[in-house]
Amino acid sequence: MYQYDQYDQQMVDARVAEFRDQARRRLEGKLTEDQFKPLRLMNGLYLQLHAYMLRVAIPYGTLNSRQMIALGDIADKYDRGYGHFTTRQNLQYNWIKLEDAADILADLSKVEMHAIQTSGNCIRNISSDHFAGAAADELVDPRPYAELLRQWSSFHPEFTYLPRKFKICVIAAEKDRAAMRLHDIGIQIVEQDGEIGARFFVGGGMGRTPMIAPMVRDFVPLDQLITYAEACLRVYNRYGRRDNKYKARIKILVHELGAEEYTRQVEEEFAHLLDQGVEPPRAELERIKTYFADPAFEDGPKNVDRSDPDFAVWVDRNTHRHKHDSYVSAVISLKPVGGIPGDATGEQMRLMAKLAKQYSFDEIRIMHTQNVVLPHVKIADLHALWSELHAAGLGAPNMDTIEDMIACPGLDYCSLANARSIPLAQRISERFDASGKTAELGELKLKISGCINACGHHHAGHIGILGVDRKGVENYQLSLGGSEAEDVSLAKITGPGFTEDGVIEAVDTVTDVYLAQREGEERFLDTYRRIGMEPFKEALYG
Amino acid sequence: MKILTGNDLKTGAVVWWDGSNWSLYVDRAADVGDQGEEIMAREEALRRVNVPYIVEAESSEDGVRPAHIKDRIRALGPTVRQDLTLKPQDPEAIDWVI
Repeated sequence: MYQYDQYDQQMVDARVAEFRDQARRRLEGKLTEDQFKPLRLMNGLYLQLHAYMLRVAIPYGTLNSRQMIALGDIADKYDRGYGHFTTRQNLQYNWIKLEDAADILADLSKVEMHAIQTSGNCIRNISSDHFAGAAADELVDPRPYAELLRQWSSFHPEFTYLPRKFKICVIAAEKDRAAMRLHDIGIQIVEQDGEIGARFFVGGGMGRTPMIAPMVRDFVPLDQLITYAEACLRVYNRYGRRDNKYKARIKILVHELGAEEYTRQVEEEFAHLLDQGVEPPRAELERIKTYFADPAFEDGPKNVDRSDPDFAVWVDRNTHRHKHDSYVSAVISLKPVGGIPGDATGEQMRLMAKLAKQYSFDEIRIMHTQNVVLPHVKIADLHALWSELHAAGLGAPNMDTIEDMIACPGLDYCSLANARSIPLAQRISERFDASGKTAELGELKLKISGCINACGHHHAGHIGILGVDRKGVENYQLSLGGSEAEDVSLAKITGPGFTEDGVIEAVDTVTDVYLAQREGEERFLDTYRRIGMEPFKEALYG
Repeated sequence: MKILTGNDLKTGAVVWWDGSNWSLYVDRAADVGDQGEEIMAREEALRRVNVPYIVEAESSEDGVRPAHIKDRIRALGPTVRQDLTLKPQDPEAIDWVI
């Protein structure tokens, strides 16, 4: 993985020193909260429901065991013994003291991590495929391109005060495991006539106005990647609406201009930029690529001993095909039955770090679905790995099932939320585990958001739940038919909302409709697309 | 009744105005009547509280209960981690929130 050079380290250390001074001045009363707020947000420090919350960037979801140990140690030393992995492949601490914040940033800097650009109207952490560098179906490893974009976008003076926050995703497979088209810019690395390049999708997003990004360019040569991204941003920065926060995202600009006109303007800007020397030298990309070279894979057994039935279930559900046939990528579920999706204790983080060092060439990935991946596990080591995970309560065999739901922190932690998300996730996983329906349902992506900002990706859930405030009482809207994968679609609301108990019953009801109507190997989403909303509405509302 | 809440500047902890100081416990919250804005301005200037605001609440023999669930969750702690609430040993505390 990428390692800081002296410039990276100097930049991060300088930012820590700067923030330490800013925090000191705030504590001494030399800065008001209005003055300090934008400064702390630039360093990922929010004020949430119960305390300060620190969001730590995990670039394209990749980290090593040393970094994971540091995250666990920070959880124990400065927080309350745990952290929360988010749908942006980041980590959040919920109980931070302002007087500790600079020390935490200093601890992060020691392991080449930071919280820069995890908030504010800037280009946020670049996200990517959690199986990047390992997946059998990827064209190339997308992470060098994500890293190049990270370096370009870090402290970019022109894009520090955009109309609104800006999220970029890079993938390099036909299968979309990163919700690529629901980002402000989605980049798919593709091959055309033997040449590798980038396909650009611009103007996607969730939130209160969900949109699927249209394609604006089907092939950008790699030596023009940054220039094209810069052109996309420039048009947005120039014409994006700053008068209305709710219409300030690029998706609104692209929608209002129309994809064709937006593309025309981008192409015009791109032509102008081509001779401006924006693009970094190709040698820089090649230098970055060396950090992402494959580890020294060894040939070994290619078949799994399935004599242990519990292990076999986990293998079937929680491993993914690797580009080397003696290896798999293993998913560590952070969704134990009745647990809080995405939460991990400091002790669990250190265990995952140890297992990564022992079994996965020291590499770890964070999934936007709030789980953790060990990307390169020898098939021969798989049972030993599972045994340790199972013993530690990290062996839930539920990837992509209804028990592997995404849930935002919701009203239990978030000051923006209108309703709680986590209790729904807990009750649904307990109910489906107890009924034994989970396995029968197969792939079923449930996503729960506690407010319209959609951090829980409810628009993209096969089943989505949105918490709303109805005269001071939590109420939940149910939606069906969303997908954030390569068959991307936005979910549609079923009808009137439900109470907490009611929405859990409703989820059970729609799964019953699916099981009754399913044909062959259809997933829930396939059945919904075939039969439409009506049979589900009929069962829900009569 | 109207009560005041905010966060402690240093720790970020949720605090409630008890009439002379800031308390962690909503039960000690004082009715500020129409004095809320004045108290908030003074206390914020003294850096004794961060981002204060006025909350509608009810007072009964069971104590002070903010009108909105968000403020009740702030007063107690996350409903999904009783061990992290102000009443880790009281299994009925969550019912007070909901």
